[in-house]
Amino acid sequence: MLNIFRGFGAVFYKEALHVRRDAGTLFFSLTMPLLQMFLLGFGVDTNIRQVNTVVYNADGRRESRELIDRLKNSDTFHIFRYVENDHDLNDLIIAGKARVGIKIPVDYSDRLLHQMSAQVLVLIDGSDSSVAGQAINVTTAIGLDESLRRVVKDRAAFAVDMRPKLLFNPDSRSPNFFLPGLTAIMLLNVTTFLTAFSIVREKERGTLEQLFVTPVRPYGLLLGKLLPYLGIGFFELCLILFFMRFVFRVPIHGSVFLLAILALPYLFAALSLGILISSKANSQAEAMQLAFLPILPSVFFSGYIFPRETMPVIFKPISYMIPATYFINITRGVILRGAGIAHLWTDGLALFVIGTVLLILAARRFQNKVIMA
Amino acid sequence: MATHAQSLPQAAISAEHLIRRFGNFTAVNDVSFRVEKGEIFGFLGPNGSGKTTVIKMLTGLLPLSSGSALVEGLDVRTDSESVRERIGYMSQNFSLYYDLTVAENLQFYGRIYSLEPARLKRRIDEIVQLNGLAPYLNRLAAQLSGGWKQRLALGCAMLHEPKLLFLDEPTAGIDPVARRQLWDLLFELSGHGITFFVTTHYMDEAERCSHVAYIYYGKLIADGTPDSLRELPDVQPQGTLRIEITTPEVTRALRFARHLPGIRSATIFGQSIHALVEDHFNLDDLRNQLLKNGIAVAEIRPLAPSLEDVFVELTYKHQALLEAARA
Repeated sequence: MLNIFRGFGAVFYKEALHVRRDAGTLFFSLTMPLLQMFLLGFGVDTNIRQVNTVVYNADGRRESRELIDRLKNSDTFHIFRYVENDHDLNDLIIAGKARVGIKIPVDYSDRLLHQMSAQVLVLIDGSDSSVAGQAINVTTAIGLDESLRRVVKDRAAFAVDMRPKLLFNPDSRSPNFFLPGLTAIMLLNVTTFLTAFSIVREKERGTLEQLFVTPVRPYGLLLGKLLPYLGIGFFELCLILFFMRFVFRVPIHGSVFLLAILALPYLFAALSLGILISSKANSQAEAMQLAFLPILPSVFFSGYIFPRETMPVIFKPISYMIPATYFINITRGVILRGAGIAHLWTDGLALFVIGTVLLILAARRFQNKVIMA
Repeated sequence: MATHAQSLPQAAISAEHLIRRFGNFTAVNDVSFRVEKGEIFGFLGPNGSGKTTVIKMLTGLLPLSSGSALVEGLDVRTDSESVRERIGYMSQNFSLYYDLTVAENLQFYGRIYSLEPARLKRRIDEIVQLNGLAPYLNRLAAQLSGGWKQRLALGCAMLHEPKLLFLDEPTAGIDPVARRQLWDLLFELSGHGITFFVTTHYMDEAERCSHVAYIYYGKLIADGTPDSLRELPDVQPQGTLRIEITTPEVTRALRFARHLPGIRSATIFGQSIHALVEDHFNLDDLRNQLLKNGIAVAEIRPLAPSLEDVFVELTYKHQALLEAARA
């Protein structure tokens, strides 16, 4: 046995026993992420559809009814009420019952029939920027299309025809976008929480002090504590992938095997972070609070919710220090874009480096026994 | 000092001028002592006086601020790895894994010391027999009573056959029967040449040690066999005598006795008073004076000082020295 890893086997076996004895905690930590997955997978749809819309049609003739039908057919608007005056239109928007209010003026059809420019008022609640943006885009597009149809009778004469095509997620399904990223966050949750207690529990019990008078070495102790949880994290990954593929029907375009291999350095980094947290904490309650710390930056700075491209410059370096940043790139790469090892090896390497640095920091705390002071 | 040490057989522990500071606070202040092989060394002192700090320094848990210590002939500062192979340590709170069984605890500590499977099995069998743990092997450590936890912790600390065992308050919170049994075990093991470094609060345990030392706020103020300490001039000054007065009215008797010329000090011990008197003091005269004041006296007899007397006297003297130094 290599001397700097002395005690590894004994600690590994003991940790495995701890895990087995505490089956409740294990079950809880394995199922919590799946619950999160079901909530987000079924409950969250980021595509903006069926926005509550109120219409005041002061004109009421055929041209105006055609316009309303086109708005309905766009799938963006759900017209739930027709009102008869401006006051009711405004009121419904202020009350938050309608996000969009459309007013077709009394002379709409007349002006169109006389080849004049007709106006339609679109009131949009700007308090949710993505809903507002979508409403502006769709109404503008419909208006443009209506105008073109009246000006150019023959549609083949369009000068420029833009044909956008969505790659990798052609249906714009939310689970396809959410779940690969969520995988990274969930694995981080499970692993940091499991290991966050592993050292501090021994500190509280006094067994850590006992271990320090035995010939066990810091790396033997830390790796012995880390590896059983690597197995659990890996099992969790398999569960998540299984549910993602067969329940949420997210197609996996790349190699599952590659994803599994690249998950190992990510789990290693997350577990080392948990161990470091555990070595800083003096009580299990403190460890619990510290274990929450990495979650928020991992959600906000990793590109999971907000694209990293739009991040303020000062947060960019932070995003590079967060393991989830790399693993989200890996999961989205393999699952959605079918990326291979040639595209992703740098992310794997970065994770391995982060994990090693965190483990060395934790081991130094043991070597110098600062942990006991 | 160094040449002197070389002429002696190798000690189990030889500590010289140990100092440990925490910031401005000196927890251990220039402590030197020697523990010979096979001794039961009792290390006494009030709470917070530095007992555990000394153990931590000797076992390599705390670095020395200055001084030197050889444990089993090895320097704890440069060779702590080898020191840890040779010593066993049982802390105050019996460092066991409560969610593991008795057998699993023993196996874990055995593997940590890299015992080969055959030797590990033999040692576990021996320890189970010695400590009577056989009926509890498959029980979780959490379910053991205090006494059994302590035996298991002791067993875990001696799996690798250390020649020197540190026991930090091994009997704190243990019932009297378990306490007695532990000491019987220590005597038996000591007969096999194992050295024990034991801290305790109990004076009766101190009396059982072959060598005791007393640490008082970081300073070692007594060091020797119990008998040699009893004969120290500070404890038994020239021309004085220690007596025991047995009486049903100890408090009244004490109040009275303290004002008599010739009595240097007096304290209550249960149904009796221990007093230090000048040796020209007439014991019959004392009995008469007490009777005259309506205090019945059962017996007055000369007494050898107990270790408690020793430590009380030495503490007073040390405090007086400290105050003199301050003034």
